[in-house]
Amino acid sequence: MFFLIFKRFVLGLITLFIVSLITFIGVEILPGDACTSYLEREAFGEALAACIKRLGLDVPAYERYLSWAFNVIQGDFGYSLSGQMQINEVLGPRIKNSLVLASAAIIIGIPLALILGIITALWRDKMPDIIISTVAIFSMTIPEFISATLLILIVAIWLEWLPGIVIVPTDVTFFELLPNIILPVIAIAMIMTAHMARMVRSSVIQVMASDYIQMAILKGVPYWKMVFKHVLPNALLPAINVVALTIAWLLGGVVVTEVVFNYPGLGRLVIESISNRDLPVVQALGIILASIYVSINFIADLLTLMLNPRLKTLQTRK
Amino acid sequence: MENSKNIFNEKPKSSLAKVLDIISTMASKPSGFIGLTILVFHITLALTSPWIAPYDYKAINPSLMLNAPSSEFWFGTDSLGRDVFTRTILGGRTALTITFFGSIIALLWGGLLGIFCGLVGGRIDDIVMRIVDAFLSIPWILAMLLIVSLLGTTTEVLIPALGFFYGKGIVRVARAATHDVIAKDFIVSAKARGHSNLSIIWNEILPNVRDAILVEGAMRWSWMLLGFSSLSFLGFGVSPPTPDWGLMISNARGLMSFAWWAVIAPIVGLSSLIIGINLTADAFAKALGIDRSTKAPV
Repeated sequence: MFFLIFKRFVLGLITLFIVSLITFIGVEILPGDACTSYLEREAFGEALAACIKRLGLDVPAYERYLSWAFNVIQGDFGYSLSGQMQINEVLGPRIKNSLVLASAAIIIGIPLALILGIITALWRDKMPDIIISTVAIFSMTIPEFISATLLILIVAIWLEWLPGIVIVPTDVTFFELLPNIILPVIAIAMIMTAHMARMVRSSVIQVMASDYIQMAILKGVPYWKMVFKHVLPNALLPAINVVALTIAWLLGGVVVTEVVFNYPGLGRLVIESISNRDLPVVQALGIILASIYVSINFIADLLTLMLNPRLKTLQTRK
Repeated sequence: MENSKNIFNEKPKSSLAKVLDIISTMASKPSGFIGLTILVFHITLALTSPWIAPYDYKAINPSLMLNAPSSEFWFGTDSLGRDVFTRTILGGRTALTITFFGSIIALLWGGLLGIFCGLVGGRIDDIVMRIVDAFLSIPWILAMLLIVSLLGTTTEVLIPALGFFYGKGIVRVARAATHDVIAKDFIVSAKARGHSNLSIIWNEILPNVRDAILVEGAMRWSWMLLGFSSLSFLGFGVSPPTPDWGLMISNARGLMSFAWWAVIAPIVGLSSLIIGINLTADAFAKALGIDRSTKAPV
């Protein structure tokens, strides 16, 4: 078991190493470098030379990669081009804001998804299932910028209940942020809940059809005891991986939702840094978002291993 | 069961008959029927819209700015006085073309690479899968935006880039499907007969993994449409004045407090198409006996 965990960990590290290579090579082979893309039309003569010297673009690529990677491991991402700030200072408040948004969506989304998923599975093909599954398909498939736009149109413009867009400085305190995040959280939680509920539903249905549940039914185990003691523990295990993927998506991928609501999180930084052609920030974001993805998946694997007695014995027997 | 009794007397079905069989199975359930209807409607509209559009999609007319829906302009006009109905029915063309060809590219490279990795295994498989994992862990939108912002937003950039980023997930599916058949006797005997890898892939593996890959491709198509319209919405997709739903929504969004019609029409268009593709993909998966609800978008 420890060997399995260790192997997963090493594989994660290798993946991150390849990610760092990809982001570095990607920025390298695409036309233009940090200086020409940042200075644009003024990229000639002294300004260009000064910029190249300041960013150290005059040394060979592999040396730049090594020094960049070395600094990144120590937690130093260098300087952003547009704000002339340390990238760490740019990232700090953004990560905090994204965490607030993600945790709010998780706190609402996961319990709701579990309840809806179990309801739809237990009342399969009956009224509750048909209604909830239809709503889930809608909220899952409609692009987030559409659901977010409709939310703003209905809740903020027509009903005037909540602010439609977030107008706060990046380094806002938690309590100032709170009323502003209600709509973004609803927009994100809708998609997330629908995905997870669907997963939970099919997982519960699979377990319900298995031999040991049929056995329990035949033995005359009371229905709800069977659901809570026999079905759910087995059905929810595979859901962990989907939850992990969803969380990883939440932390990095809610770019569009953040733009619609003007929310100062990591997602909007992605758009801003690319619009400003701020390649050092883009590189840093690539590494950070990939690390989040890899570590959350690693945690999910770990949880699955720890919670699944079958996998444990399988490993010790080997 | 009825099929099995005559199995030796029956002629093998032609591939067209098989396709018709699958389609009729798909349409036999209400959700599949609705999905297919929406999809066929959108494809017909995309093919015929240039001839049925009542106005010029790029004709700017300041005197007609933000007119409410009327008998003259069914869906009203936008902030530049362009007819929203015209732009909405033309909007599906670009999205459908780009995502359709993008999906085919994704299917081809993802499917073939996945099958190849599953077949050869060993060192090559390890290396390729690590690279695929690395690409999976980078958010697609970051990489996509970077490529588009540096290479431009033309169709020639968008189709291969979308095809590439949505194909990496197919690699895993194709590889897993290949692993399921690789240990079967007919593969072992083909190897023993000395067939080349290429011939084994084409004659033995492909017919067995085709269903799984096609279902994955249908699913990717709807995600790609979502991704493509998100790009347009963010201003990194097709460029104005091309009629495109994502672009129309992002342009009309700022004025929606008093001109909601300009944003509602493209929203209905895009949502219905995505739901149509999704329901169709679901029905397709069910008709082929594959459960797709256990998957999350990557």
